[in-house]
Amino acid sequence: MKTFDYVRPASVEEAVAAAAQPGASYLAAGTNILDLMKGGIVGPSRLVDVTHLPGLDAIEDLADGGVRIGALVRNADLAHDRDFARRFPAVAEALLSGASAQLRNAATVGGNLLQRTRCAYFYDVASACNKRDPGAGCDARGGDSRLHAILGWSERCIATHSSDFCVPLVALDAVVEVEGRAGRREIPLEMFYRSPGETPERESVLDPGDMIVAVRLPAEAANFSAHARYLKVRDRTSYAFAVVSAAAALRLTGDKITEARLALGGVAMKPWRAREAEAVLAGARAEPSAFHRAAEAALAGAKPSGDNAFKIELAKRIVVRALTLAAAGTPARLPALPASPFAAVSGVAHV
Amino acid sequence: MGLPNTCFSTTLTINGVTTTIELDDPRVTLLDLLRERLQLTGTKKGCDRGQCGACTIIVDGRRVNSCLALAVSHAGADILTIEGVARGDRLHPVQAAFLAHDGLQCGFCTPGQIMSAIGLIQEGEAGDDPERVREGMSGNLCRCGAYQGITEAVLDAQAVLGAASRKEVA
Repeated sequence: MKTFDYVRPASVEEAVAAAAQPGASYLAAGTNILDLMKGGIVGPSRLVDVTHLPGLDAIEDLADGGVRIGALVRNADLAHDRDFARRFPAVAEALLSGASAQLRNAATVGGNLLQRTRCAYFYDVASACNKRDPGAGCDARGGDSRLHAILGWSERCIATHSSDFCVPLVALDAVVEVEGRAGRREIPLEMFYRSPGETPERESVLDPGDMIVAVRLPAEAANFSAHARYLKVRDRTSYAFAVVSAAAALRLTGDKITEARLALGGVAMKPWRAREAEAVLAGARAEPSAFHRAAEAALAGAKPSGDNAFKIELAKRIVVRALTLAAAGTPARLPALPASPFAAVSGVAHV
Repeated sequence: MGLPNTCFSTTLTINGVTTTIELDDPRVTLLDLLRERLQLTGTKKGCDRGQCGACTIIVDGRRVNSCLALAVSHAGADILTIEGVARGDRLHPVQAAFLAHDGLQCGFCTPGQIMSAIGLIQEGEAGDDPERVREGMSGNLCRCGAYQGITEAVLDAQAVLGAASRKEVA
């Protein structure tokens, strides 16, 4: 690991000033960046440790019925907050389907949003990667591309965004609060990530020094609490990134869908909101034919970026399954294997 | 905030003993601090990348991967390692259960497994469901494949600890 200057700011303003310097990175729990630094994938000259800043670790109910999650709230604390999990069950399920218990105990909300892709070519410094080394090329193209993007990718980059948490967040209209050199601003999560295009090294709309201070969910997001699920297909049942995942949330009147929310994970370099599918579902009966139409709409623009055409069909099936489970109702208790297609609603034992 | 530092003084409480440590390098992880500077080598270095769980310790009551935690960032932390769980010759109930249920073969992952199990039991989310125990222990790999014994040990230790705490209350 390259050495670095360690700075511990006393305020958000000091943090922003320190992190705006060239070569600086923020440090929260470090579960992603320390891994990347050990592998030589990134080598910041300065780490700005924000973990001791006050006031960033609260889960606050807002007067308008929404919730504000401080950037330093740990993944496990958010997922196990009873009131939060009751109101936003798909978010809790996504959190608990990610990483391991040890990592969830450390990893923060802000860090989750800013985690880097797990593309193996990004991680392997001997491989060409436009994200790690702009202009170097992309060895994932034509390489082992089984897990790569099927939506929104470019010739320069076919990596995917690895977060589970962000998938239900984007479906539920989460807003990111950012402090920058020009003060505080708010960015809908749906607009937070850039498409890779010609500049895959630029992953979000953040400018140097910008710091995530909170993520908010609006009051309306809790209207889906009775019918909200996250479903995630992995190469192993636990402690693995998504091959494909989906967050599905419905508001039902009888068997009619009043409003639907759908987002996909593991398919693009951002949590992928499927608004076309939501439009298909609005006003429809909650039944398999509508779910299949929604799945077709969600994946209409998909194309393989390599040896991964199977992910398009898999994503359609995950959409149908997630919508089916959401329509059946949020379980009173999360399954033993959160988000697993091998877990029945009641939490049946996996073989 | 001040200028970037070159030497850091960090106070940690490790297994009940408060120590001030001079760190000459900000790159030192809690894992390397324990093993290389404090000679607490019970905590193991497996992958050093947060994937295997061999380095699991309990920091401020939470199980974490010590390989992905910078020591300098954890000033003031209360740390529990495998060296701190037994009471003299009396094993911690989780240690005793790992022996009773053959929850190990080579033993390299065992300190991490035990610390993770202690954390899991404290979290209180798994109950007596072996599937939830397996899921909760998925951050600890065992290349000997002693998983069945590990799950049984965690369930048994949890029952013992639950009975003990009920006794204390009574």
